[in-house]
Amino acid sequence: MAIHKVLGTETEYGIVVRGDPGFNPAAASSLVVNSYPGARVKVQWSYEEESPGRDARGFGHDTYGLIDSEGAVVNSVLANGARLYVDHAHPEYSSPESYDPLEAVLYDKAGERVMHQAAVVASETSGRQVSLYKNNSDGKGNSYGAHENYLLSRETPFGDVIRYAIPFMVTRQIFTGAGKVGRENDRPDVDFQITQRADFFEEQVGLETTLKRPIINTRDEPHSDPARYRRLHVIIGDANLSEVQMFLKLGTTALMLAALEDGAIPDPLDLSDPVEACWQVSHDLSLCRPIQLDGGGSATALELQGRYLEWFAKYVEKELDEPVWNQLIEEWERTLALLETEPMQLADTLDWVAKKRLFGGYVARDGLEWSNPKLRALDLQYHDVDPEKGLYHRLVARGEMRTLYTDQQVEDAVSTPPQRTRAYFRGRCVSDFPDSLVAANWDSLVFDVGGSHLKRVPMMEPLRGDAERVGALLDEAEDAADLLRRLEG
Amino acid sequence: MSDRERSKSRDKGKDEPEATAEATVESDTDMEVLDDLLDEIDEVLEENAEEFVKNYVQKGGQ
Repeated sequence: MAIHKVLGTETEYGIVVRGDPGFNPAAASSLVVNSYPGARVKVQWSYEEESPGRDARGFGHDTYGLIDSEGAVVNSVLANGARLYVDHAHPEYSSPESYDPLEAVLYDKAGERVMHQAAVVASETSGRQVSLYKNNSDGKGNSYGAHENYLLSRETPFGDVIRYAIPFMVTRQIFTGAGKVGRENDRPDVDFQITQRADFFEEQVGLETTLKRPIINTRDEPHSDPARYRRLHVIIGDANLSEVQMFLKLGTTALMLAALEDGAIPDPLDLSDPVEACWQVSHDLSLCRPIQLDGGGSATALELQGRYLEWFAKYVEKELDEPVWNQLIEEWERTLALLETEPMQLADTLDWVAKKRLFGGYVARDGLEWSNPKLRALDLQYHDVDPEKGLYHRLVARGEMRTLYTDQQVEDAVSTPPQRTRAYFRGRCVSDFPDSLVAANWDSLVFDVGGSHLKRVPMMEPLRGDAERVGALLDEAEDAADLLRRLEG
Repeated sequence: MSDRERSKSRDKGKDEPEATAEATVESDTDMEVLDDLLDEIDEVLEENAEEFVKNYVQKGGQ
């Protein structure tokens, strides 16, 4: 049986300081992160515990890009268990570990709210308007990531992950893309395409995340017991605003990985040239372009996704008969069926379709060429996290896009951690014992409770430290020292 | 043909007679909704699109 697919997202936000085109993005990002007004603890992030240079294929070089002293300056852990920090030139929010894809959507959306609140305060204190964008490209050849993380068993051979995941990642773009006006990175010219990121992928497999980006990233940094787990670090996805779309992206991918671990994918569906197929799928608004298969023949991305759906619907029926997975299959079925027959009907759930409808409306009404800066401006503004300015938010306010959560639920998720993962322990410690917490990492917390030594609490099991196991203990603890005594006892 | 495809083509057959008329009505309605939406967005749209786009530069991302 596949291990439980604990998952989470990490998003780098685009940043602009109005009226100051020469602003320093690292300084502005620090200002944003420092300005966040909600419950949090500024901590030292334990870099020595992280090893982004370790390679899942086995040939690690541990010092690769390991420590960035600037990035280490501004780091906080939030009361919902998330990490808010500066990653080079962007403010970044990493969601707390979530129990299932529905919950992961909620905590990703909470991140947008965190960023908006931080930008509001940053604007007030600096006297300059700071705007943040949840997108992945500046339209000038620079991309920044929206990564996904999934817990895998260490027993799953990484070669299998590479082989089975590549065709899935390439074809899922038809329902994971956030849409983009134009092309980048010397790809063929196009008015509008399905994804923000596809143009930037140049390798099938690799350790890089900032250049020559690979479809499968091999970073082997489990943030949990390395003898038992891997963490698949997915870098090919777009940042989504649509909640339904994010649910589809995270849910289908988690399901694919679970099915892979259970040997329930009958055919790897090897593609002849996945890197070429990657941008070709993104550029093909007709959804009809055939992809060459390695074993001969061809199929469209939509047809290949149809095969996954068929396999995984059976897998869910047999192995994962739970409401969240049934809801996923239903949504996936609707999405693929409409992509085939009436894609524009998905303007209520897919960011790229919502954009296409909107921008197409402008093209028709104002007689614009697709190269008109107005369309690129609209494209950027779709992703503005400010509910007044962000076009996604305007569509939701008008009832034109479907959501999974109410405003109140998202607001609550800003300050309340997931209940069923170790994020619960982390978030509760931020709320209850902020003065004693000095350092943190995904798999440990470090406390200063007086005495000669700092105390480190390891959290190597992502599903422990949940409300059921430690809720009562946290309720009863009088202070951090008392908590640590109880944990030891 | 898979179960899913079978049930889809069955549904198609069933809805065929009304489908065209419905689609026309729906697209007229959507045009009105869309016009209204564009009017609303005009109000919040970046004032100088060209400058906004030009100044939007994001280096150093993953």
